[in-house]
Amino acid sequence: MNKNYFEVLRPGINSTFQDNGRNNFYHIGIPFSGAMDNRNFLLANTISNNGINNPVLEFAYQGPKLKYIGENISINVTGDVNFKIIRKNKNLEFSCYENIILENNDCLDILSTNRSVYGYLSIGGTFEVDYYLNSCSTNTKAKIGANSGEKLEKGQIIHLKNIKKILPKNKIEYLNSKIENIRIIKGPHFDYFSKDAIDLFFGNEFNITKLSDRMGIRLKGPKISNIKNTNIKSEGLVKGVIQITADGDPIIMLSDHGTIGGYPKIGVVISADYDKLVQIPPGSKIKFKEINLKDAETIFKLYEMETQNLISNIK
Amino acid sequence: MIKNISNLGDAALYCDFGPEVNKEINRNVINYFNNLRDSNFLGITNITPSYNKLVISFDLKLTSFAKLKKQVENLELKKNYNSKNNLIKIPVCCAEEFALDIKRLQKLLKINEAKIYETFFSKNYYCYMTGFIAGMPFLGDMDKSLFAKRLETPRVKVPKNSIGITEQFCNIYTFESPGGWNIIGKTPVDIFDNKKNTEPNLINPGDTISFYPISKLEYEKKYE
Repeated sequence: MNKNYFEVLRPGINSTFQDNGRNNFYHIGIPFSGAMDNRNFLLANTISNNGINNPVLEFAYQGPKLKYIGENISINVTGDVNFKIIRKNKNLEFSCYENIILENNDCLDILSTNRSVYGYLSIGGTFEVDYYLNSCSTNTKAKIGANSGEKLEKGQIIHLKNIKKILPKNKIEYLNSKIENIRIIKGPHFDYFSKDAIDLFFGNEFNITKLSDRMGIRLKGPKISNIKNTNIKSEGLVKGVIQITADGDPIIMLSDHGTIGGYPKIGVVISADYDKLVQIPPGSKIKFKEINLKDAETIFKLYEMETQNLISNIK
Repeated sequence: MIKNISNLGDAALYCDFGPEVNKEINRNVINYFNNLRDSNFLGITNITPSYNKLVISFDLKLTSFAKLKKQVENLELKKNYNSKNNLIKIPVCCAEEFALDIKRLQKLLKINEAKIYETFFSKNYYCYMTGFIAGMPFLGDMDKSLFAKRLETPRVKVPKNSIGITEQFCNIYTFESPGGWNIIGKTPVDIFDNKKNTEPNLINPGDTISFYPISKLEYEKKYE
């Protein structure tokens, strides 16, 4: 039997194994986790002819540099990603969203995500990773999931299994569109804020700060002052919730968020805008727009149809 | 009973059990939580009980707010889960190096150290909810004489297994984490065991906790 593996020459900034996420453990403090940008995660696995919940390697900003040892294998990268393969001292350039054949001793260098945050590496096979509570998604806070709950580390070996025969090219043309307007639905504590504060909230741009990660996005902009109470009795959160801290700054909860929180919730990002929201890098500006539940549901249906169309167009 | 169900975004239900925080209301929340878990309604991805709310998140591809709301409203509470709550005993070492805020508390509460501990250890505590970080239990109620505000500036790192108190509640930091609660001791028991693949958390909502003091020597023994 052949042994196939990657050796991590450079781990990248925040490289973790992820799948569809971990359901049904919020009540003991374990967040959903899973791939941040679900559409790009699905595309990666579909191009690899994998099951939709197969583990992928997610990276942020700068990705990993991996040396490959083993039989020829198909791989693909999704997102807006700059990467190359170094083969016998030659640099080879490739595009995202197509299967590429990796040969023994090749070096895959994922240089950066372009004006975005997350990208995905999928293989025609399976990364050999640990599962915890039915998911391999890495949660670095609770130290659970693949890689003992840690980010990728320099020098480590990633074993691969179930290597498939070389896959068809499976290419799609897909451009990751950017958004600046984030659509939200009113939260349960909307009335904790004065009319003026609400006008400031919807009328101004907010900066995405560097204090943003898989847990949440911290925003800076006009202070949103509170007329009732800056704290509430702690209660459940979901991804996309926008809390206003005691300092008057909004924080948006993302996939690794704390499961309960004690700040008032001014709104919740609609499901259809989540994949694009997480891809907006620090330093960018965003603006909020309020819509109602019915419209949010319709927009999500359209977003889902678009994803399914992309999947069926993979050739 | 649920007083009102509204939507939290487009993929969650926000069930309100009324404004008060007390055991009776919380037991009701937890009873709903457990019965909902048994119900297997299509599309539910998470249910989070807290003091007086229940947040139910769902997969928008499989169900919708209107559909799930109707199911929750018509939920029959088949089983009463309030009868089988565990009593869990947790040892606490109050050595100086672990009781990071005991000096502050003496000043703040105007009671001496011995009395603070005597009062703290004399009561049983009820687990309202677990979460924020994995397995962290929110316990209450503290004796009124021990009601203390959070630290003005939260600690960047509270050591794992620290016991903290604030207002009517106490908790156990299951992982090293930022936090602003007043730290009065440390337990050698891991409340959340991330090596265990089933029931990794020792304390569940609805359980009763009694703390008991141990010496530094006993603490070190338990750690071996």
